[in-house]
Amino acid sequence: MAHALPPFQAFLDEHLEPVRAFLRGMVGPGDAEDCLQDTFLAALRAYPRAEPRNLRAWIFTIARRKAIDHRRSRSRDAKPVANAGELIDRRGATGADSQDGMLGMSSRHSAIWAAVAGLPAGQRAAVVLRFAVDLRYREVGEALGTSEEAARRSVHDALKKLRASAGELKEMDR
Amino acid sequence: MNEFLDRFTERAEEDGLLDVAYATLDTPLGTALVAATRRGLVRLALPNERLEDTLADLAEDVSPRLLEFPARLDEARRELDEYFEGKRRRFELPLDWRLSHPGFYRRVLRATARVPFGKVITYSDAAERAGSPRAFRAAGSALGSNPIPIVVPCHRVVRTGGDIGNYGGGPEMKRFLLELEGAV
Repeated sequence: MAHALPPFQAFLDEHLEPVRAFLRGMVGPGDAEDCLQDTFLAALRAYPRAEPRNLRAWIFTIARRKAIDHRRSRSRDAKPVANAGELIDRRGATGADSQDGMLGMSSRHSAIWAAVAGLPAGQRAAVVLRFAVDLRYREVGEALGTSEEAARRSVHDALKKLRASAGELKEMDR
Repeated sequence: MNEFLDRFTERAEEDGLLDVAYATLDTPLGTALVAATRRGLVRLALPNERLEDTLADLAEDVSPRLLEFPARLDEARRELDEYFEGKRRRFELPLDWRLSHPGFYRRVLRATARVPFGKVITYSDAAERAGSPRAFRAAGSALGSNPIPIVVPCHRVVRTGGDIGNYGGGPEMKRFLLELEGAV
């Protein structure tokens, strides 16, 4: 058959790391593993009905939905997701180059990813897919269910905001 | 990676989503693949079969919800290890027959499953036991399509006159198994 579904194991082996990178960017490293489990379990449940021709877009759609659900339940639990200001304040207060930032990276990176976390959901997903998962704009569009143009615009808008945040960061480093 | 997979396959099994579990198995003949549904052992691929092909066929013929999950194959692997060590003369693990064609083919395979360790029968015997004494050629085809070789011992079916006949894994493999059982 030209377009048979591959064994789920092969599908999982191919997409696990890109989806993990995406979820780390979307919900942070602390919660990414739980989201990753939920994502692939939902995928396994629906797998026999999946369209074999674009499984990558399909798994990223599920992952994005899980990330959004996750953030929603986090904010319901009154545990706000770190935003740029908060993380920068914390860093400013302690002055420590802590490793327990947003992505388990140095605080410089944490601050950048915290700024990413502060983006609107669509822009955040687009920028993470483009730069953390390293997809092309066409693929970002497919994963987000939008056009290549819309994906490019989302990333462009996101970068403008991130540059503004980076500018503020630089100010604080002085 | 492994931490993720351990937790993931366990959850998949708990939720009843793991339709086919597989594992590899080292044998004196090379690396074999064993696969089981919730009903039992559904497939044994001999070392001469390509792993990716076997998995693709299982995905298509049984279910694409197919994962490497050795825990479900512990019993199969233990019994096969014991068989190759000469410590086991019959298999007791449950089988899932769904990959054999219902009807004559499956009757041939079920009859073959009852041929004891160390004994051989002819293709005509197998045809007769399946209810069609003259269909020895069809019996040969049925045995050639055996999805669970070794456990369903198609190697114990030989030609009239003593020639050991064909085998999916090649005649050397058939000879090895018959020698292991002291049948030749």
